[in-house]
Amino acid sequence: MTVLTFADAIDEALASAMARDERVITFGEDVRLLRRNLLARFGADRVMDTPISESAFLGAAVGAAMAGLRPVVEIMLVDFVGVAFDALLNHAAKVEAFSGGQWRCPLVVRTSCGAGYGDGGQHGQALWGMLAGIPGLTVVVPSTPADAAGLMIASIDHDGPAVFMEHKLLSDYWLDYLGGASRPGLDFDVPPAGATGEVSGFDPNPLGRAAIRRRGGDVVLVSVGVGVHRAMQAADMLTDEGIECTVLDVRTVAPLDRVAIVEAAARTGAVVVIDEDYIRAGLTGEVAAMLAEEGVATKFARVAVESTIPFARHLERDVLPNAERIADAVRRLDA
Amino acid sequence: MRSFEEAQAAMWRDGLISGEMHLGIGEEGIAAGVVGNLVDGDAMALDHRSTPPLVARGADLESLFLEVLGSEKGLCRGQGGHMHLLAPELLAASDGIVGAAAPLACGFALAARHLLPGRVAVAFFGEGAANQGMLLEALNLAAVWRLPVLFVCKDNGWSITTRSRQLTGGSLVRRARAFGLRAHAVDGSRFDAVARVSARFIDRARRGGGPGFLLARCHRPHGHFLGDPMLRMLNEPLGQARQLGPALMQATLAEGGARPAARLTALGGVGGRVARLTLQYTLRRRDPLDRARALLAADTAAQIEERASAEVRAAARTALDRAALSQAGEGR
Repeated sequence: MTVLTFADAIDEALASAMARDERVITFGEDVRLLRRNLLARFGADRVMDTPISESAFLGAAVGAAMAGLRPVVEIMLVDFVGVAFDALLNHAAKVEAFSGGQWRCPLVVRTSCGAGYGDGGQHGQALWGMLAGIPGLTVVVPSTPADAAGLMIASIDHDGPAVFMEHKLLSDYWLDYLGGASRPGLDFDVPPAGATGEVSGFDPNPLGRAAIRRRGGDVVLVSVGVGVHRAMQAADMLTDEGIECTVLDVRTVAPLDRVAIVEAAARTGAVVVIDEDYIRAGLTGEVAAMLAEEGVATKFARVAVESTIPFARHLERDVLPNAERIADAVRRLDA
Repeated sequence: MRSFEEAQAAMWRDGLISGEMHLGIGEEGIAAGVVGNLVDGDAMALDHRSTPPLVARGADLESLFLEVLGSEKGLCRGQGGHMHLLAPELLAASDGIVGAAAPLACGFALAARHLLPGRVAVAFFGEGAANQGMLLEALNLAAVWRLPVLFVCKDNGWSITTRSRQLTGGSLVRRARAFGLRAHAVDGSRFDAVARVSARFIDRARRGGGPGFLLARCHRPHGHFLGDPMLRMLNEPLGQARQLGPALMQATLAEGGARPAARLTALGGVGGRVARLTLQYTLRRRDPLDRARALLAADTAAQIEERASAEVRAAARTALDRAALSQAGEGR
């Protein structure tokens, strides 16, 4: 058992995968600088810089994966996937289906995501809901270093395309580079249990299996990524008011753990979904649809992003799910 | 422009501006040279380093400061921030997606042809963006539609923190010519040279002669953004070595991985990148302000600079007061 930062957990998981499987290579913009430790260990052939040409190198990653490599390709910020969306939407996600299941595309798209450091609406989006809507894509959003390691291994082992999303509030170097976190007097709401934690090893976590982070009988808070930590905070606040929450971390937005969600909802009869992604056509609606399909009679509310994420930090804070908004939603359910 | 960027940098360092801060210090010769040729009704599609051209175009300084400070009284009501400055009355829009300025400028130019004949659009972007698919598509579109657009490529030699030469096939000027555009390279630190060449391109575009491509070389002393990891290695090598060195050595020696020779080569690559940067930052300091000063009598230059910086200081002071008031007023 070692204590690692979220970022180191991912890089060490990737290193362990690269050490055991020569087909695992990594490339992306500035990767030889960002992943210098992998470069020093695995050499320039397996750790490559790319031009700022996302549609070309993500498209190339699809081809490389189809032809036998297991690329871990970096899109620096998930917002930039817009530039290269075709490679994911029409190629990576389609290979298995188009080939009648005969050809697979074992590709990991590693990408940073999330807001909370005032970088504006083009650099702080979550977008996992949009990606999870595409059949064929696995979408992974870890909330702790242990999950980051285990889910990175699982994503690499997975025989299809997976988008592995690294929240910038949890990864210290991203917050430093993009948020200027080393400046004095700045205050970021970094969840400590997400930024650093124990990692027991580099075994794969199963994809599509939620984790119960806290147990309580009154209401279940369903979330993913940093939202899980916000939900934990809200659950603490609500305990003082006599409301006990279960916090369910779905960990992968696709596949979504239907069994765990339905079980927790049926047990409590009250569900609040917390999502740093857009409210429409995303995780929150998907959970509601699942519950309806399964005939679970439950109270339901959602706390998610309802507009473009503003640049100004005080405006951004109001748009993102936070403990107060979550607690309010729970109180309103109870009323 | 320089005073504005310096004031902005100071605000960022003091933690008053959130997120990233991409300064245009070192690009002022290009902004001044190109923007000086624009008239009312011309449009600008800008990248994430957009304050110098906006200042040159006459955007309200206080409203720019208020925006980057995250005030609801700012140019974009605190919604956009420094990478997303949108000034509709100037037909100027900045964008945080690399390469996006080029297709946007094509659209501005198309609209000009319909709505404001004789007007042009200018796209500003870096040489790193010249490998972005949408930018190459935009060059072709501009050529085949003979759009009144000037593509201005600001070449500082680095794509984020990787050397552009290692990422770019062929020459950008020849690349643009291959699409059928007129293209020229110019020393971007000489605003007069930029002004002369861009005037030719812009006049030609106004007359319906089609698009042009200007490659303007420059040196940006602050790198990609404030806190640039490469510049940290340059400016505080010992601190960075202490911070990054142990993990790097551990990785180099870890069991499993490439052969020792390949590892040493790779390690050399990390060192080589820093060495390249050091060389560039010590040998090739070309400040566009020096060139501008050299063209004027010393006291005239000093007077102009003092007047400009006083104007910026006043705008910054007012903006800081108003931003603090607006945020205190909301009780946050």
